Amino acid sequence: MSKKQDHIQDIAEIRSMMERSSKFLSLSGLSGVLAGFYALTGVYLAYSLYGFRPTEIITNKQASDFSEVVVIALLVLILAIGTAVTFSYRRATSKGEKIWNSTSRRLLVNVSVPLVAGAGLALVLFSKGFVGLIPSITLLFYGLALFTGGSFTFNEIKFLGVIQILLGLIAAYFVEYALIFWAVGFGFTHIIYGIYIHIRHKQ
Amino acid sequence: MKISFDDLHKAFESRIRLGIMSVLAVNDSLDFNALKEFLDATDGNLATHIKKLEQEGFVESNKSFIDNKPNTRYYMTAEGKDAFHNHLEVLEKIINSQK
Repeated sequence: MSKKQDHIQDIAEIRSMMERSSKFLSLSGLSGVLAGFYALTGVYLAYSLYGFRPTEIITNKQASDFSEVVVIALLVLILAIGTAVTFSYRRATSKGEKIWNSTSRRLLVNVSVPLVAGAGLALVLFSKGFVGLIPSITLLFYGLALFTGGSFTFNEIKFLGVIQILLGLIAAYFVEYALIFWAVGFGFTHIIYGIYIHIRHKQ
Repeated sequence: MKISFDDLHKAFESRIRLGIMSVLAVNDSLDFNALKEFLDATDGNLATHIKKLEQEGFVESNKSFIDNKPNTRYYMTAEGKDAFHNHLEVLEKIINSQK
């Protein structure tokens, strides 16, 4: 029966339509790798140039003593987001899709809410001198953002979120090593995950 | 059990109509341009197929204005959801019965 082939084709089409219209699949793996390198460079600079090595949850230094570190962190963030947008844009256009559509919009909204909440808390803690908690807070909220965002893009992103959350919790306990966990979370896991996504989804 | 092709709803014979239903099944509502982008269809073609689904009562629309431009958002009715799920079940049965 040739009809059978038609029906199998119908189902394949339905499945692909449901996925394409509900998930943003142009996310670039390579931009994750680059984001990892930016983060590692940032940690290295903060550590070696500016002596950023929090050992206690509360520091008696002034918040302004760390202003260079905040600038580095913001630069890393802007570079990482810029790279992700540029690479994903290229990816989307090469597939003949728009980057700003209902799927990317939904991904962005769902990722932004936990991220903004985390960034706000990090700034408050920072201004109160709880510098030792910043690596763990940023990892935790970033992990939550990825976990939520995973529903709107590749499923594997959810698992990456769980890894970041675990690293965040460990970093909160071992404050002396928080910077190392921060480098592992934002640096190494990004690189490994970026390569994985790149190979798995050929982008 | 004998499954007949008559159980497949006529409204879903067209790939575009099936596509519209698939897309609306996983999105609360979408405007015309979003549908057009996902389905890769021309304005006229898409409009005809949406009208057909509206006549069946599977799809409804909300008209509003965004920046003085008319914006129509389409969504699936409860009836449409049932019909779509039934359609998937029948497709599944047909395929299984021919293994």
